[in-house]
Amino acid sequence: MPPVLVIARLTVQEASRRRLLIALVILTLLVVGFSAWGFNKIATVTTENGLPLPPAQVKVITSQLLIVVTFMYSGVLALSAAVVAGPLISSEVESGLLLSMLARPMRRSEVVIGKWLGLAVLIAIYAAGSAFLEIAAVDWATGYVPPHPIELVLFVGTEGLVLLSLGLLLSTRLSGITGGVIALVAWLMAWIAGVVGDIGIGLQNQAIENVGTVSHLILPTDGLWRGAVFAMEPDAVLATLRAAGTVGRANPFSAVDPPPIQFLMWVAAWFAVMLALSVWSFRTREL
Amino acid sequence: MAEVAEKISTAAAPDGAAAGSPAIHTVELSKRFGKTVALAGLSMTVPRGEVFGFLGPNGAGKTTSVKLLLGLIAPSSGEGWLLGRPIGDLETRRKIGYLPELFRYQGWLSANEVLALHCELAPLPRSSWEDEIKTALDTVGLTDRARDRVGTFSKGMQQRLGLAVALLGEPELVFLDEPTSALDPVGRHDVREIIRGLASRGTAVFLNSHLLSEVEQVCDRVAVVDHGRVIASGTMDQLLSGTTVRVRASGLEPGDKAKLVRFGELDDEGDYMTFANLNVERVPELVAAIVAMGGRVYEVAPRHQTLEDRFLQLLEEEK
Repeated sequence: MPPVLVIARLTVQEASRRRLLIALVILTLLVVGFSAWGFNKIATVTTENGLPLPPAQVKVITSQLLIVVTFMYSGVLALSAAVVAGPLISSEVESGLLLSMLARPMRRSEVVIGKWLGLAVLIAIYAAGSAFLEIAAVDWATGYVPPHPIELVLFVGTEGLVLLSLGLLLSTRLSGITGGVIALVAWLMAWIAGVVGDIGIGLQNQAIENVGTVSHLILPTDGLWRGAVFAMEPDAVLATLRAAGTVGRANPFSAVDPPPIQFLMWVAAWFAVMLALSVWSFRTREL
Repeated sequence: MAEVAEKISTAAAPDGAAAGSPAIHTVELSKRFGKTVALAGLSMTVPRGEVFGFLGPNGAGKTTSVKLLLGLIAPSSGEGWLLGRPIGDLETRRKIGYLPELFRYQGWLSANEVLALHCELAPLPRSSWEDEIKTALDTVGLTDRARDRVGTFSKGMQQRLGLAVALLGEPELVFLDEPTSALDPVGRHDVREIIRGLASRGTAVFLNSHLLSEVEQVCDRVAVVDHGRVIASGTMDQLLSGTTVRVRASGLEPGDKAKLVRFGELDDEGDYMTFANLNVERVPELVAAIVAMGGRVYEVAPRHQTLEDRFLQLLEEEK
């Protein structure tokens, strides 16, 4: 097996042996269980006149609540990616674990890319697995399925990969705690900058709107989040938001358009740049 | 910052020439960290099949030298070759074993799995892994703990495991950086036996240590490094040529002792005086001089210079 795949396998194996995977599985099952119960209440709740909510209203409420629940999932994913990626390289440099491995015929780029690959596989599995369970639970409880479930998984999973890439880059130079905290703060700031951009849209102020656009380019997590939101918006909600004009767009939990293709291309380039920077940074680091 | 060397150089000697080349050869290899000079022009040659002791006080530049040779850090200037290929050459690393001073292995893997991982990275043919792992574990005395997680090992056992990792694949050159720092006397004895075993099968060993008795017992050749410079090097016989004479005498004034310096460099410890590099033939003359000054001699003990004597002497001369 090539060294890059050996490192990737080792990363997955470590997460498994350290019980990170089982912890995430148990937490996800708990969240899915609670949310299924909650969604079921929406479908069974009665109004003042003792009648259940009309199906259209159940669908709208469910779709909006699902967006909030998904935001929590994306937060868990971002938090996990940042916390796990932060010490991915730095802790092994500090402990000396990498010394004997790097004395083998293995390039440092293979260590960086192997670790990224290993964690990317875990993020993809978590994103796909948790989304499948949550969507299945919501479908069971309310009969509602978001209009674009595949895109939803892709956007949320990619958001996790962005945090992984940032954490990994920081991990080539900074300690695990420092790198993890910076990645998390960057994720929150990007989200807040997205909200500021929304305010700019609402106020029709281009300068404030640009804050959101620039933040989407520097750290594309919020841009990807908006893609995930769009994937969950039913047509009825989209029509209402579009009718509301700029006010309908000024909300971090709503999206009336899918992310532009240019943005998605930029995200691909962003990953390439981050990985290249990580490789360069680690190759030039004195061990 | 210079990129850490990990490329395959095209300037290397062909394989045939590499086979006859020394295990290690460096020319003015140096390393600076900012304004601090960690290694100032290391030039040395370690022949194949020899056990080479690299000595020096803490902070002398020993571990920096090993990391430079292994391509883990980039030199600020100078050149070096391992087994005839430039340092950092990936192919050469197939033939090298390394036990770092800071030894640490995946605590969540078993000893078997750590060794299998290194077999895979080495890379060794999969069919040989079982034998390689069994032999390595047996050599370092960890066979009984092969299936246990490394996280449950004591420091000494982890160092033994590190030694086993370094022995995989019958390397042509092994770097051991303070290989007995966590070991008990039995473990130290075992390591000496392992080093002798490596030498007997033609493996060159670069032994980084400040445990002088250990080095003295196993090394063919030694270099002493201080403040990033090699201050002496040679075979054990070349380095330890003099005789040291230890004298116990009373009744001498400081002025009298000063006159005795003509017999050799004097280490004055009160009633005990040690003369470095004093020919045994001059011992009666020394005793007569002490008696003539009114001194009373209780004991005279000539002995061959130990590596510790020579080491301390060299460091003293450098001050």
